[in-house]
Amino acid sequence: MRAKAIIRLMFLLTNVTWIALLLSALAVMFSQHAGIPSDIPEWLPRVLLGIFLAGAYLYYKFKLERDELLSFIDLLWRVFATGIVATLVSLILKILEFLPGSSRLTSHFLYQETAYLIIMPLWAGLMMISFTACKRFILYQKTKWSYRFWMIFEYGLLGLWILSALPISLTDRFDKVLLGIFVVLALVLSANTRWVAYLNIRQKLTALTLLFFIIFFHGFLFYTSNTIVNGLYHPETGVVDHREHLLLLTVFLFIIVYSVFSFLVLIFNLPTSSAFEQKLEEVMNFRRISQSIQTEQSEESVYRILLETSVSTVNADAAWLEMKTNNPGVNIYTYGIKEEEARQLSSRLHNKEVKGIFDQSADKTHNLSRYLKGSKFRSVIAAPVKVKDEHAGTLVLLKELADGFNREMKQIAATFANQAGISIENFRLMEEAFQNERYKEELKIARRVQKSLLPRQLEQDTCFEAAAFSESADEVGGDYYDTLRLTDEKVAVIIADVSGKGTTAAFHMSQMKGVFHSLADSSISPEYFMRRANRALAYCLDRGSFISAAYFIIHTRNRMVYYARAGHCPVLYYRAADRKATYLNDEGAALGMVRHAGYDQLIKQNEFSFEPGDLLILYTDGITEARNSAGEEFGFDRLSEQINQLYHLPADAIVQSVIENLYAFTGTKNINDDYTLLVIRFR
Amino acid sequence: MVQIKRMQQDGTDIIIPVGEIDAASSIELDLTIAKSISEGNTRILIDCTGLEYISSAGLGVFMSYIEEMQDKNIRMVLFGLHHKVANTFNILGLNRLLTIVQTKEEALQAVKA
Repeated sequence: MRAKAIIRLMFLLTNVTWIALLLSALAVMFSQHAGIPSDIPEWLPRVLLGIFLAGAYLYYKFKLERDELLSFIDLLWRVFATGIVATLVSLILKILEFLPGSSRLTSHFLYQETAYLIIMPLWAGLMMISFTACKRFILYQKTKWSYRFWMIFEYGLLGLWILSALPISLTDRFDKVLLGIFVVLALVLSANTRWVAYLNIRQKLTALTLLFFIIFFHGFLFYTSNTIVNGLYHPETGVVDHREHLLLLTVFLFIIVYSVFSFLVLIFNLPTSSAFEQKLEEVMNFRRISQSIQTEQSEESVYRILLETSVSTVNADAAWLEMKTNNPGVNIYTYGIKEEEARQLSSRLHNKEVKGIFDQSADKTHNLSRYLKGSKFRSVIAAPVKVKDEHAGTLVLLKELADGFNREMKQIAATFANQAGISIENFRLMEEAFQNERYKEELKIARRVQKSLLPRQLEQDTCFEAAAFSESADEVGGDYYDTLRLTDEKVAVIIADVSGKGTTAAFHMSQMKGVFHSLADSSISPEYFMRRANRALAYCLDRGSFISAAYFIIHTRNRMVYYARAGHCPVLYYRAADRKATYLNDEGAALGMVRHAGYDQLIKQNEFSFEPGDLLILYTDGITEARNSAGEEFGFDRLSEQINQLYHLPADAIVQSVIENLYAFTGTKNINDDYTLLVIRFR
Repeated sequence: MVQIKRMQQDGTDIIIPVGEIDAASSIELDLTIAKSISEGNTRILIDCTGLEYISSAGLGVFMSYIEEMQDKNIRMVLFGLHHKVANTFNILGLNRLLTIVQTKEEALQAVKA
């Protein structure tokens, strides 16, 4: 925004000073001619020219110097356009002189002065835009030294500007010395022609033409200005005279020197430009293939890019890429060759055991035409595509020319193949990540489903209340608890723990739920329940897996509990009369450990009566075996001690307190096993 | 984290797990017993004096061989169980399925019977 305002201001300033310069110079000239003292000081035109030059310089500086979008050719076009306008205007003014009948007017000194003051500023303007363009060319990819030289040069010009605006005239000698110094500086700066290298052949030709015209325009304007001013002024009497203007002369010489230099450099660079373009294309191709890491959608598109870029970079005529698949055999992707032919050539090269060609990046370009018989190709190179350090495929490049590949091309092919390997590896990693994400989603679903296998609400009764808590170490777990009302006066309660944890355990846990719901019945005793459950589970549990369980039937009418414990953690019972929690001592083997009728002898039924205030505490080993940072287990004693202290609370409060105390003990909620706590409070 | 050593004594293969057997390390125990059986040992002692902890998965390993051993007439005896480890066996009812004794001498006797 600020730059725009400055540009506009400078444009205005330049034009206004130009008109002022014209008028003031004419006035001074007229009064000089008439021999009367001028109203306007004689130094004014000089100063105005100085301001004009500064305005034009700043105008172009802000307009062109920082415009990143402007290419070198665009810049030259701008200079050319300015040049052509200036030249045409001066041409018209010159032609006017030769029109019949106009000689009286045009030979008049006032016309000549006016023409000079139009042509010369136009030329000066052209110089300023040329100067700005030269600055950009010289400072392209600047080094420390080129920048310093430029700064010296530009500050020198600033000095000249001040000198030129001052009403002092220097000696001829001093002028020449100064000019000489600046010409030397200009020559040094002219060595900076790096921009030429970055043009392609067409751009170079354009640049040559434009530069030619630009030099011509400068020459023409210089010549025209000279002829006018020669007829106009005697030396040392001029109002404004470019011949005496050191700044204009220096800039003019600088522009001519740099333009001629660039012109020559362009000419000499023409023959090598194709090689440079080739290199540039390599770089671009390489970038393309590395970008494919992030942007491409599939492995196939990476293959495609690999083929295209490598073919164009090494100037091959055809190529194929064979990628190993999971099944024996390869997938072939081709470029400029039919898949069938590629397969034929591939198998022939394999069969003849051309050593190294398919497993290393060998440049087997010699004497291979016999293997390529029947095809139009005469040379071949190959490069391995490695994914995770494994040879995943081969890139094969073909040329119709014999000995068509050199070492460098081989290296390029290898580099491209390498990069493609990285892209592919990336893809596969990404794919795996997606897959994992999907698995995680699946597990989340599994967790939800499994949570729904646990009862949302436990059976309650007038003579007991129940509460439970269960959490698994992984997404899904193997702990199970449930209640089921069998009759008005019988309620079944189960707690079970599948050996191991995780997904397998979760599946077995759901089987346990199925067994419980299908077997639990008022007519079946706990002992019989276990026998039947063992028989059912024997056929569906893995080898080494088992389920520990405890099954209870609460008789609410005769206030008795009948139960069987199959390898489950001992039942903790708080007897209000004793004010003490004790572990019940009984026997019974876990379900699935013995898979034959012998199990029937390993299970026993037990019973006890309950009184109001008694507590039945069921839990899985995740609680008693939970460890703190010192490796100490929560243990049976701590659990019973907790109950001894919490006995007066309602069932859900006991559960909550015990779990909180458990967390306080372990110092974390991440307990390395599934853990469940179920409390029944009798009343 | 378990280290399992093996030694032969009077034609008896003694397997000595030292450390803790959890779900992960139970595989090692499983492999060791399987190897011992495949080598044709018919008398296997498990020296549990260095066993500090065993999870349900570890117990599952012992359990899974019970029937195979009965079929092949292989005798396996455990001895030197720490109180806590023994308790784990007892709770699950494995004490009635496996032969568990106190000392090595008893074990050597039991395995020969």
